[in-house]
Amino acid sequence: MQLESLYQEIILDHYKHPQGRGLRDATDPAARVGEAHHVNPTCGDEITVRVATDGSVFTDISYDGMGCSISQASASILHELLRGRAASDAAVVHEAFVELMSGRGQVTPDEDVLGDGVAFAGVARYPARVKCALLSWMAFKDAAARAGVGVSPEVKA
Amino acid sequence: MTSMAIPAGMPQYDDVPRFDVAKVRADFPILDREVNGHPLVYLDSANTSHKPRQVLDVLAEHYALHNANVSRSVHTLGTEATEAYEGARAKIAAFVNAPSVDEVVFTKNSTEAINLVAYAFSNASLRADADPRFRLGPGDEIVISEMEHHSNIVPWQLLAERTGATLRWFPVTDQGRLDESGLDDLVTERTKIVSLVHMSNILGTVNATSRITARVREVGALLLLDCSQSVPHLPMDVVDADADFIVFTGHKMCGPTGIGVLWGRGELLAAMPPFMGGGSMIETVTMAGSTFAAPPARFEAGTPPIAEAVALGAAVDYLTAIGMPAIQWHEKELTAYALDALATVPGLRIFGPTVPVGRGGTISFALGDVHPHDVGQVLDSLGVQVRVGHHCAKPVCTRFGVPAMTRASFYLYTTTAEIDALVAGLEQVRKVFE
Repeated sequence: MQLESLYQEIILDHYKHPQGRGLRDATDPAARVGEAHHVNPTCGDEITVRVATDGSVFTDISYDGMGCSISQASASILHELLRGRAASDAAVVHEAFVELMSGRGQVTPDEDVLGDGVAFAGVARYPARVKCALLSWMAFKDAAARAGVGVSPEVKA
Repeated sequence: MTSMAIPAGMPQYDDVPRFDVAKVRADFPILDREVNGHPLVYLDSANTSHKPRQVLDVLAEHYALHNANVSRSVHTLGTEATEAYEGARAKIAAFVNAPSVDEVVFTKNSTEAINLVAYAFSNASLRADADPRFRLGPGDEIVISEMEHHSNIVPWQLLAERTGATLRWFPVTDQGRLDESGLDDLVTERTKIVSLVHMSNILGTVNATSRITARVREVGALLLLDCSQSVPHLPMDVVDADADFIVFTGHKMCGPTGIGVLWGRGELLAAMPPFMGGGSMIETVTMAGSTFAAPPARFEAGTPPIAEAVALGAAVDYLTAIGMPAIQWHEKELTAYALDALATVPGLRIFGPTVPVGRGGTISFALGDVHPHDVGQVLDSLGVQVRVGHHCAKPVCTRFGVPAMTRASFYLYTTTAEIDALVAGLEQVRKVFE
């Protein structure tokens, strides 16, 4: 059934049990911190993403927000995939996720790179929901830039 | 529906105006299609309505047989196009009981119609010799309400910014009604215009305006009613409503997109400076300056949406033939049925009036904690088309403490079976997300 390609079990799990939710202060006072608040104006969904970094590794990625299952599960998966990763690794994952979401369902995701993020392959077939899935990832990109770390080439969403 | 005996001499159930819904549905080609393998269940008519074959045929026929520009040609096609365009204006004037055909101004939609009035104020405020009723400055007030569509908020916010006037608003009660308790403090001698929604696009509330109108008259202000959601669904009489302006849009009343209407009292339109400048709206033009045509031409710069206006005339014919009182009654029965049916869904909370009185067939709700996007997505997989989001009325969402709502809205072609499909779909939503 079509709907199951969208609401994969993994997505519903992350929605019901979000990982790493809640904004946290950096444990290391010397850490560089960046934060970004993004809104989807068509539905009013909101997310705030905060990153802490020593300049090369994302020591923490925390977030808070409200929105649909897709946008909230996506933030949980973002946290799980990128926290503790080197900025250069995170850039690869970020790019792969954006490519998957922009691919209109034509991109086959690499589970080694995207982990639970592969569950979003079905979402890419629903143009109205792609923005939901990308909301936290775009906020993360801005937050990282504010912390002085670039993660991704320009995004064509 | 249960019924009890009504004493003789009183209006009987059979006296209610009715129409054959199945026959009406056969006029709408789109209602035959499937969505995601299910029959289409279209519950989004407050967003846009579908178009009957009678309207689609007129639209195609205009381009196929009568296409020409209006108001400027002596040739036969030009005359036919002009007659069709002006004929549509006359039909629309009759539809809302306008005292004069010249009080009907064609616009792109309700949004443009409201902006037209707001810019009349703006432009008048720049000229010392303009009609004082349209001149705004610091100390003057504009009054709207918390239940407005963004199209009846933002133009007034911008006008207040440009002129230094103050924007004030009626609050909304917990029941989703307009809170008129502060009427005398809100509408005062400082008020220049009150611009209110007639029927809320999100709560479904139909506002009773007589007290407000009386107060507006008392203080010498002007009254605009946003009838985008009411003119398509109930009989509208501008003389009865005693408003100064009403606005509505064609695509929500079986007409095409790109055509809307501003109705204004003739003497007010005559006192208003133009909104947009261009062809067709002038009296004479020299390099030193221009003078302007009388309304409605003054407000219809450039080539108008001719075919769309003609097709809106056909939509009005279509609705009139069925009868607006019958459409209103049909939707009242649907609303009563839907309110009862939705009350059986566990965890469902309705925003707005929960009784089918003083409200239309537009019902917004929350289903537990499930986000409206997810509700809408699951319903769509079953062919049920509802709107989700803030419905261009964010202050209403804020008022009720939610970021978004799910909305089902009905029209003359909606059936109780479609409401049953919605309720069944909501059960499916609960299964996926519980």
